[in-house]
Formats: sequence, structure tokens, C-alpha cells
Amino acid sequence: MSRTFSIGGIHPHDHKISVNASIEDFPLMDMAYISVSQHLGAPAEPVVAKGDQVKVGQLIAKASGFISANIHSSVSGTVTAVEPLPDISGNLIPHVVIKVEGDDWEESIDRSPEIVKEVKFSPKEIIDIIAKAGIVGLGGAAFPTHIKLSPPPGKKAEYLLINGAECEPYLTSDYRVMLEYPEQMLIGTKIMMMALGVSKAYVGIEENKPKALKLLKKIASKGYKEIKVVSLKKRYPQGGEKQLIDAILHRQVPSMGLPIDVGVVVQNVGTALAVYEAVQKNKPLFDGVVTVTGGCMTEQRNFRLRVGTNFERIMFAIGGFPKDAVKLISGGPMMGKAISRMDAATVKSTSALLLLTEEETRRGEEGNCIRCAKCVEACPMGLEPYLLNRLARAGRTDDLEVNLIQDCIECGCCFYSCPSNIPLLDTIRLAKGQVLKIIRSRPKK
Amino acid sequence: MKKLLVSPAPHIHGKDSTQGLMRDVIIALSPSLLVSIYFFGFSAIKLAFVGAITCLLVEFAIQKYIIKGKVTVNDYSAALTGLLLALNLPPNSPGWVVFIGAVVAIGVAKMSFGGIGQNLFNPALVGRVFLLVSFPVIMTDWTIPVSWFREGIDASSGATALSIVKEGLSKGMTMDQIFEANNFSYAQMLFSKIGGSVGEVSALALLVGLVYLLIRRVIRPHIPLSIIGSVMVLSGIFWIIDPSHNPDPIFTVLTGGILIGSIFMATDYVTSPMSTKGMIIFGVGIGIITVLIRNFGAYPEGISFAILIMNATVPLLNNYYKPKRFGKEVKNG
Amino acid sequence: MTTTILFTVVSLSVLGLLLALILYLVAQKFKVEEDPRIDDVEAILPGANCGGCGYAGCRAFAEGCVKADNLDSLYCPVGGNDTMKSVASYLGMEVAEKAPQVAVVRCNGNCDSRPKTNHYDGYSSCAVMASLYAGDTACSFGCLGQGDCVVVCNFDAIKMDPRTGLPEVDQDKCTACGACVKACPKFIIELRNKGPKNRRIFVSCINKDKGGVARKACAVACIGCFKCQKVCPFDAITMSNNLAYIDYNKCKLCRKCVTECPTHAIWEVNFPVRVPKKEEEPVVEQ
Repeated sequence: MSRTFSIGGIHPHDHKISVNASIEDFPLMDMAYISVSQHLGAPAEPVVAKGDQVKVGQLIAKASGFISANIHSSVSGTVTAVEPLPDISGNLIPHVVIKVEGDDWEESIDRSPEIVKEVKFSPKEIIDIIAKAGIVGLGGAAFPTHIKLSPPPGKKAEYLLINGAECEPYLTSDYRVMLEYPEQMLIGTKIMMMALGVSKAYVGIEENKPKALKLLKKIASKGYKEIKVVSLKKRYPQGGEKQLIDAILHRQVPSMGLPIDVGVVVQNVGTALAVYEAVQKNKPLFDGVVTVTGGCMTEQRNFRLRVGTNFERIMFAIGGFPKDAVKLISGGPMMGKAISRMDAATVKSTSALLLLTEEETRRGEEGNCIRCAKCVEACPMGLEPYLLNRLARAGRTDDLEVNLIQDCIECGCCFYSCPSNIPLLDTIRLAKGQVLKIIRSRPKK
Repeated sequence: MKKLLVSPAPHIHGKDSTQGLMRDVIIALSPSLLVSIYFFGFSAIKLAFVGAITCLLVEFAIQKYIIKGKVTVNDYSAALTGLLLALNLPPNSPGWVVFIGAVVAIGVAKMSFGGIGQNLFNPALVGRVFLLVSFPVIMTDWTIPVSWFREGIDASSGATALSIVKEGLSKGMTMDQIFEANNFSYAQMLFSKIGGSVGEVSALALLVGLVYLLIRRVIRPHIPLSIIGSVMVLSGIFWIIDPSHNPDPIFTVLTGGILIGSIFMATDYVTSPMSTKGMIIFGVGIGIITVLIRNFGAYPEGISFAILIMNATVPLLNNYYKPKRFGKEVKNG
Repeated sequence: MTTTILFTVVSLSVLGLLLALILYLVAQKFKVEEDPRIDDVEAILPGANCGGCGYAGCRAFAEGCVKADNLDSLYCPVGGNDTMKSVASYLGMEVAEKAPQVAVVRCNGNCDSRPKTNHYDGYSSCAVMASLYAGDTACSFGCLGQGDCVVVCNFDAIKMDPRTGLPEVDQDKCTACGACVKACPKFIIELRNKGPKNRRIFVSCINKDKGGVARKACAVACIGCFKCQKVCPFDAITMSNNLAYIDYNKCKLCRKCVTECPTHAIWEVNFPVRVPKKEEEPVVEQ
């Protein structure tokens, strides 16, 4: 029996048109633009200057502050500048700009294809290695992984969940990782289990990926008995942290709580692979699998892409920006972010580049709310988006808090299902930020 | 450099639209409309046509010339209101009655509250009840008009099953005697009732509409089922207490507009609650009030009033009955 | 028939009287004692309930005035000095005169001078747009053009100019209530003194990027070149973060900086047109 979460959800067409494109190495670019703020938390501090020679995998910016992550060079060459450049939102963020010369890796990185199964580190050492390698959650939020793997005092993890749901339409990067690096990913899972000190892990995969399910089940049953591969129904937002825990363990994270409050840590498939490579192969996080897809493209691709690749360069590699496309999205169509500038570059957590045409992404004209309750039915958190929208437009933060706007996971189910095309999430997202600010500014009891 | 389009997520949208949902409801009504055209002929066509056109025109005129705002008649909601109103009138109603009902429905019950999505009461029902209290003679004249398609039915046979029962009971007859005297049978009610408003000739046609609405996910089953269920339970209790003077539950459900009311009127999005719990309470409330009106009130049916009364409670129900919140009800561990 | 009517009339009258009595008693019991002067002060106020004074509405402001020991920290921007004078004389207090102010939009990057780099297609709100993107041009400080300031204005004093895509303040209608200042997520709008004969000079840009970056994003940006600061004889111009700012209390309206500015980022308003100059200033609003 496939499992699924208990409240709300929608069933968008999955459009997994790039499933059969195997992962290919992206051709080396001429220039790399590596942002110092690729993660949640404080930006990293650059440790290189103009004129420095760097190698692939060399530390170029150091974590600063508690929530932060190291950043390593993804290419070898000369640093030509450390200057503010626009990120995908158009905000100016310091970038390390490197002119690529050859492909010279740090000697300490093990580039052989052999799979190293034996883990010879203590939990503390593992977390140190992960922190040094600058690994962040690759599911989208880019939260530094080493912090997630060290639960706060008084809290104990019981289970590790690996998110292979990939419930967003179009995306296939996690699927390709599961197919092409299945054992590496499971070893990564084991390493994180050791770091957390848990004895049981689940890998949740949606039913629309039967090949990955079969393959991982087979490998897990052979050598990784403590990891259980479970099949999930196809339903969005199954890959949301809270929904995944509900689906697999039937535990619900309380309002304003974290997964660790119910004894769970959730990590993404891509993160598991990155952890494997960091711990067993000594390779810091500087690349990732990125799906480049879209109905308007003739060829669908899954690239292994270095961090800091310019979007124009990627479009060049796929044969130019498709004529019909109007929107370039970093991530999936439901929660991804529309890229505002072609001269920005990829970051660690870039998992997909999706090209949509005007037809596919058009927002209909907004009409009156007909109170059909479709948003209420769709909301996976059991909220009332129609009400939150109205309260948000009226700026009634007290009532918004009573109606739990702070629990919104911004999955977009409400706007997706609204027959009147009311931009529910646009207003709710903004008001949620304001309410969270108010809640956080209150003195703690 | 290419100028990209940006907007907040999500970047794709589902296929639902207000227009599409309203069109689905109209499609769900079409079996009943066809059956009624078969039975009542031109009269049914005339009523439906006048109702729908009047509603569209009134909404258009108000939006264009009084509010001077956006004209949204193309969302089909006004046409649906007109159609529902027509289907809830006696088959022999004159055209001007539908016209007045439609003006009241759209002008008073819908547009004066601010148009689609803002009205507190179901517009079609307000129109119908307005007509019922203003023109009681016309609204209870159940004479069956001549139909082109069907011959040989006595045009004078009037009165709905419910009013026959009510009258019979007041004369001191028992249920069995009434049934026998009038030749009632369930099969007849399911396919073609003896009298009643345009849309409720055939219970089966209405149920086909319900199935269509459920399959298309236009409505959820909670409201119709809780109305029908509570009507059956409550009338069943009365029936068990005194079977000779109370109609049995199946008869109760099949007559007097319970079906058309619960499937098409009570499920109106705007005037029904948003949460599942709210919907069930709303439906049960309608069921109870309907049976009470029938057994103790002056009107033989009563679902129109029951729905309007419960419409008034919807804001309250929305306030008190919230959907099941994530992380609130499951005990962890 | 008559008895029925009589009975109805009598019973309803009795009922009405009874309820009126109850209402009266309850009103007496729960009567809130209020300073009667609050009503009078409220009557003096303009009654716009705009919140520009910092209070929730005119009544709250009236209450504040009555309770306050002096009126120094209280000011009704809508009514201005006249209103405050009458409030003060009613309450028997003194009030210092304040210079009347007006909202000023400090961005002049119109469609031509500040080319778009992307198109925004979300909910039409500056706040929503600003929470996700830096803007639809290369300037991350400039006006987003979604008109949040227009929506909040209670006095119909601010409008989007479709030619420039920028908001335009109607100085006669503007009451300097500050609603637009609070609504703008980019902090572009500022309240400045109206100035003698409504004449004022201000830097119509808040771009803090380095000159080159700012210039590339917008042809009329302040590039932080210090020219205006050097030319100003009254030390009214300060430079910080590559941006000039004119202190309206020090500025003597000599207009030297206006001619000096290489990007025409400094604006003069309501001055007579300069006659002999070879080059016309950019057309001044209002």
C-alpha cells in the first residue's frame, strides 16, 4: 500500500518529460560567478582576492556566524574580481568571479568511480566533514546540513527520512540521482544516520517513479536493512517536510514546530549524495544535478552542473533560449522562483531550470471569490486561504495569527486550485512574513 | 539580454474556472430540464428561457449602468440562477412571474450585496420565495400544461403529492387511504411525479445530475447527503411513531423538492459553509427545519425556507467550524 | 376586525415602550464618563481619519490633545497650523508653528532612462514585488511602479503617471499625512518642507550603488560624484553611500547644484523657467 499525507493536496499533471535523459557532465564554462550567499543564514566571508589562483574544490569563502556554510570553487583558474553582482532576484550579492583555466582539482579529492562502502568516522567527525564541505539542503531551502544533523540539546532524533518524492511537476534530478547513484545515496543516508545516532531510516518515493522504487528496494534489501524504501501516492505537496513525515510515519509536526519536535530529520536525495561524496570521497559541494526542461524545448536534459554557471551559458548549451519561452524558473513550477536576470548564475540548491511558455504560465484575470472552498479543500495544512487572503489585504495581523497563517508552507495549492485566479499565495506569503516577524519579536517565555 | 517574465510562485494553474464550474452545474441540470420539456412542453422551455435571459440582462444592466464596473455576465452564474429559478416554479407559471422572480433574484438577492460571491442568501431561492409569498395562487397552481411531446394526461390533475397528503390528513384520512386514493407509487415518483415544479418531475434525472457534479468534483457530497440523511432519519422517527398519519421517509425524500433543493440549491458555493464540519451541520440543519415545517407548519414543502434560514447561519458556521488543522488532532508517537 | 387591530397596536406599543425603558436603563448603567472637550476638539479637526498624526483616527488624536500637557509633540498634518492653532486656543495652550510639508517622490527613473530588465506579472503590489525581487530594472532602489502609495492615499493626491511609470504628487491635495511614506517598501517617498512659494530642491534618487553601477542601471541616477556638495555654498548637501542628500532646513534654494548635477538627478520645483540657458532642464512635474 502506498502511503500519503492526510489533509488537502492537489494532483497536477506531472510532466516528467526529462525522466529518460541520463545525467551528463555540463561542458566547462569560461567564467564562474560564485555567490557568497547560497544558503539560508549569514553570507560567507570571501577568503580569496583578485589575482589569486584557485583549484576545483578550494575554499573560497568561509562560513560566518552560526547558520552559514563554506563555499568552494567549482572551477580552477584565476580570480578576476570579488564584486557585487545580481542574483536571480536582482539583488546585488558579492560574487567571486573566476576565469576558468583548465580543470585542476584539489589532490585530496578522490575522483575514482569506485564506491567506498566502509565508513570510518565517528558521528562528530562526520558532522565536521559535512560542515567543512559546505553542504546545504538541496531540497530547496538550502539550510546548512550540519546544523540539521546536530539536534538542539534535549531533542533526540528517532528517524531519518530521505525525501525522494519529487512531487513537483517537471523535476527529475532526484529521480536521476536515485537511478544512477543508488548505492552512493544509500551510503550517504547511512552516514547521516550514524551522525544522528538513529537506527531507522525511510526513503519515500512517489509511485510515478517505479524504476527508482524497484532499484532502491533491491539494493536496500541486500546491504542496507536499516533503510526502508516506501512507496508514496502521487500527490502534491508530498515532498514538503511536514507532509512527508505525516505520510511515512503518521506524525504531525505541531504548529510553529520543526520535524525534530516529533523526532524526525528530513533530508533530500541530492543531499544524501553530496554527503556521501564529502565523507567518502572528500569532495566538497560545488556541483549538483540540474534538470533543464520545458515543454517548449526539443531536448530535455539532466546535467551535472558546477555552481556558478551563468544562465546565459546554460541556454547556449541547450541551443539558445527557446523562442516560445517567456519564463525561466529555478526549481519546479509550484514553488520554484522565476529568474529575473539572465546574467545571474546557479547556486548549490539549484535543482532545475524550467522554461515555460506564455500559454503555460499565464495568470488568468482575477475575479470575485465565489467561496467554492476549493482552496480550503486543497490546503495541506488545513488552513483557509480565502480567509487569510482577505485578512491579509485588510492588514489584520492579529486575526491572521489566530487563523494560523504562520503554518502556511507556501506550496501554492490554493492559488493552483482557485477558479477565480485570485493570487492567494502572493498576499498570504507577504502577510505570513509580517506575522512571523511579530511572533519572533515577542519576548520568549 | 532576454527580458524574462517574473511572478511569485506557483507558475502554473489548475484547469478550474468560475465559468467552467457554473457550466458544469448547468450541464448537471440539463437531464431534469429535458425531462421537464418532455412533460410540460413549451411551457418549460419558456420558463427556462425567460428566467435565464432576464437574469443575464438584469445583471448586465446593473453592472454596466449602475455600478459602472466590470461586466461579468459571461461567467454563467446569472444564467444558472435564472435556470434554477425557472425549474423551481409551477409548470404553468406565466412568463411575467418568472421575470419578476428573476429581477428580485439578481437585483435584490445578488447585486445589492455586491454581486457574485458576496450574497448571503441563495438568489434563486430568494426569487422563488418572493414569488411564493407575493403570488400564492399562481405559485400553488400545479395544473399541468399541454405538451407537444406527450398526450393523454389529464390537464386538470393538479396538486403536488405533498399537498395532497397534507389536505388528505387534514380531512382525517390515513396515509394508506391517501396512497390508495391517488395511486401513488415510488416508481412513478422516481421517473415522473404527479405534480410539482418544473425541475422536480423526475427524481432520477436529478440524481443523474448529482452523480455528474460529484464526478466532476464540482461539489462535495457532504451537503446533499446530510440533508437527505437527516430528513430520512427525522421523518422516519415520526413515521415509526404514527405510520398512519405521517408519510414514510422514502416518500418524504422523493417529494417536495428535497432532491433539487439539496443537490442544486443548498450546495450553492456562495451560500454554503467552507469546512467539512460546517457543511454537515448546515445540511442537517436544513433537513431538520424542512421536516419541522412540513409536519407543523402551514406550507406543504418547506425546503426553500429551510435553506434560506440556514444560509443566514453560514458566516457563523464558517467562524466556528474550521477545517481540520495540520498538527492539531493527531496524537504523535 | 377592529379588536384585532387594536390588540396588535396596543401590544406592540407596550412592547416598544418596555424595550425602550430597558435600553435607557442599560445606557444609564454603562455610561462612560468622557471629557466633553474631546468632542469639541474632534469637531475642530478635519475628520479625515488618515492616521497621519500617529493616532488611530481623529477622535484618538483629540483625546491625545485633551490629555496632553502641551501640544509640542502633536501635529495634525492635514489641518496644518490653522487647525492646531484653533485646538490650542480652545484648550488654552500654546503651539509652535510648523513649516508645512509635502510628500516628495525621490525616484525619477522613467521608462526611458531606466530600462526594464524583466516583466513582473504577479499581484499588483509593491510590497509583494519587493519581498521577492529587487525590481524590474537593474536599479534595486528605484520605484517599482505598482502603486501601493496611490492605494493608501486618502486624499487622492498621488497618482501613477502612465508616461513615466512613476507616482506623481499633487502638491495642492497632499496633506503630508505620511501614509505613502509608510506604504513604500523602497522608502522612496519623503516628507519635505513645502518651502517658500512652494519652491524646493531635492535629489530625486536614492540609489546607493557605486556611480558606475547606478549610471548603468539608470541614466538619471545620483552617481555620488560630489559635484553638488562642492558647489553648495550653504553646506546643505551631505554625501553618504554614494548618494547626495539635501537638507531642506539649510538649503537656500540657490539652484547651483541643479545645474551642476551631471545626471539631472537634482530637481527644482516651482521655480520660474531660466531664460537664457542653452539647455532646458528636464520638464519639471506639477
